[in-house]
Amino acid sequence: MTSSRKVVLRFPPQAANQPLVCELSLKFGLVFNILRASISPHREGLMLLEIVGEPDRQEEGLRYLADKGLGIEALSQDIRKIEERCFHCGACVGVCPTGALTCDRESYLVSFEEKQCIACEICILSCPTHAMEALI
Amino acid sequence: MGETLRTYEEINEKVKRGKAVVVTAEEAIGLVRQKGLERVAREVDVVTSGTFGIMCSSGAFLNVGHTKPRMKISEAFLNGVAAYGGLAAVDLYIGATQPAKDDPLNKVHPGEFKYGGAHVIADLVAGKDVHLEAFGYGTDCYPRRTLSTWIALKDLNQAYLYNPRNAYQNYNVAVNCSDRTLFTYMGVLLPNLGNAGFSSAGQLSPLLKDPYYRIIGIGTRIFLGGGTGYVSWQGTQHNPGVKRNEKGVPLSGAGTLAVAGDMKGMHSDWLWGVSLRGYGCSLALGIGVPIPVLDEETLNHCAIADEDILAPVIDYSDAYPNGTGEMLGYVSYAQLRTGRFTLAGKEIAASPLSSYSKAREIANILKSWIQAGSFQLSRPVALLPGPESGVIFRNLTERPANHHQTAIRR
Ligand code: SF4
Ligand code: SF4
Repeated sequence: MTSSRKVVLRFPPQAANQPLVCELSLKFGLVFNILRASISPHREGLMLLEIVGEPDRQEEGLRYLADKGLGIEALSQDIRKIEERCFHCGACVGVCPTGALTCDRESYLVSFEEKQCIACEICILSCPTHAMEALI
Repeated sequence: MGETLRTYEEINEKVKRGKAVVVTAEEAIGLVRQKGLERVAREVDVVTSGTFGIMCSSGAFLNVGHTKPRMKISEAFLNGVAAYGGLAAVDLYIGATQPAKDDPLNKVHPGEFKYGGAHVIADLVAGKDVHLEAFGYGTDCYPRRTLSTWIALKDLNQAYLYNPRNAYQNYNVAVNCSDRTLFTYMGVLLPNLGNAGFSSAGQLSPLLKDPYYRIIGIGTRIFLGGGTGYVSWQGTQHNPGVKRNEKGVPLSGAGTLAVAGDMKGMHSDWLWGVSLRGYGCSLALGIGVPIPVLDEETLNHCAIADEDILAPVIDYSDAYPNGTGEMLGYVSYAQLRTGRFTLAGKEIAASPLSSYSKAREIANILKSWIQAGSFQLSRPVALLPGPESGVIFRNLTERPANHHQTAIRR
């Protein structure tokens, strides 16, 4: 029986330019969709991936990626910003790897663009007011 | 010093008539660029500054009123957060960074620090009921030993913030040179110079508009937490003698303010309990200070802009915790405000821990209060120690247990 799951992959800088994800289909017969990705040189890369296939094969595929040095986390949640709890400090902006959180350089207000978010949750750690929240 | 353009009395006379010309620090910078110092100094009476940021050295004195029978509170908890009871019977002091007594702290690192002293203060200001649990050892005059009740701000005899150190004049830019993520009071710092945290409001920040403490002193009336407060003393770690650039701007953290103000006049918009992951809880607070343009020099200082203010970049994986004094370089607030700067050939994302938009709002609110005639300027009764005062910020010299001196009478 095939099933689908979403995972967040973290690429250390040295793994960013290897075509590791393709191996999921070549070696393990899995179908994958890259939902969101942010890979840039010299920075940790992040990819939100949907994987479709036999659960056992999914496990094998993910273990293969983990052995190649990738960080793997299950994605089980969506991220939202609770506006009334945000005082627009910007602490989250500098740690967000994808630019989903940005600070307008005129108004200095911080806004959240959900489409760009890969749910890495770094902003939740860095927000002093609990304005960033993960919905389970 | 130059010619005196106006006195406090003249300014307050104009404030009373609703005729004072007030601009924010940002506006002052623009005006001076456009029209020149001399002309703006003649036109503008007051410049308002503002800052909104996390200020750990904050706390509140609360007098909760006497119980019947009376009680000398020696140990007290407000919503489970310890308040200091080593004062007279029902006076308490609650510090902003005090964690709740059952907080797991950093046992599982990084701890969440969801609720602490700052949150108690914020809850009181928001008008919420706060649970008070207290213990006393019992005396002939204060026999009662235990107390469990609810308190609210409106019922307290006195409730005032007394913050030993706020409004730092300039501050560090924190980075992380190590290969692990750090959880600091400067925010989450990603490994290998992954990001940078900074905290001053820069060109809006009160003490950067009065670098030599010519104007702001003990007794200066200020915007504090949405209400009115006063500068009450030099802040702890006030360090006026640090190196300065040619505009007089300190090249590192320098002056600080101790401030006090009635919590009953404050508002939740300007006073927040916050949690810094892996570090602790703290208070995010708004402060605004009006600066009377007494002479051209005052305005010249008010016109100091972000590009004139340099902050030292410090490694929080080593130099800061170990107190080595090592510095990686300087970066200007103008650069920091762009969200990126370059250090050792690497581009680093910089994010503030203080809210520039709220700092700007505070400067504007204070401006509107003065324009409306509801906020008069006060002349300080004493100035803060300046660069020549010899006041310096020392580190502790540790001495072995047997190296104590008997007190010398002076
Ligand atoms: S979870 Fe937060 S930090 Fe991570 S991508 Fe989304 S908004 Fe950015
Ligand atoms: S860290 Fe939190 S409070 Fe600060 S801007 Fe981001 S969401 Fe808002």
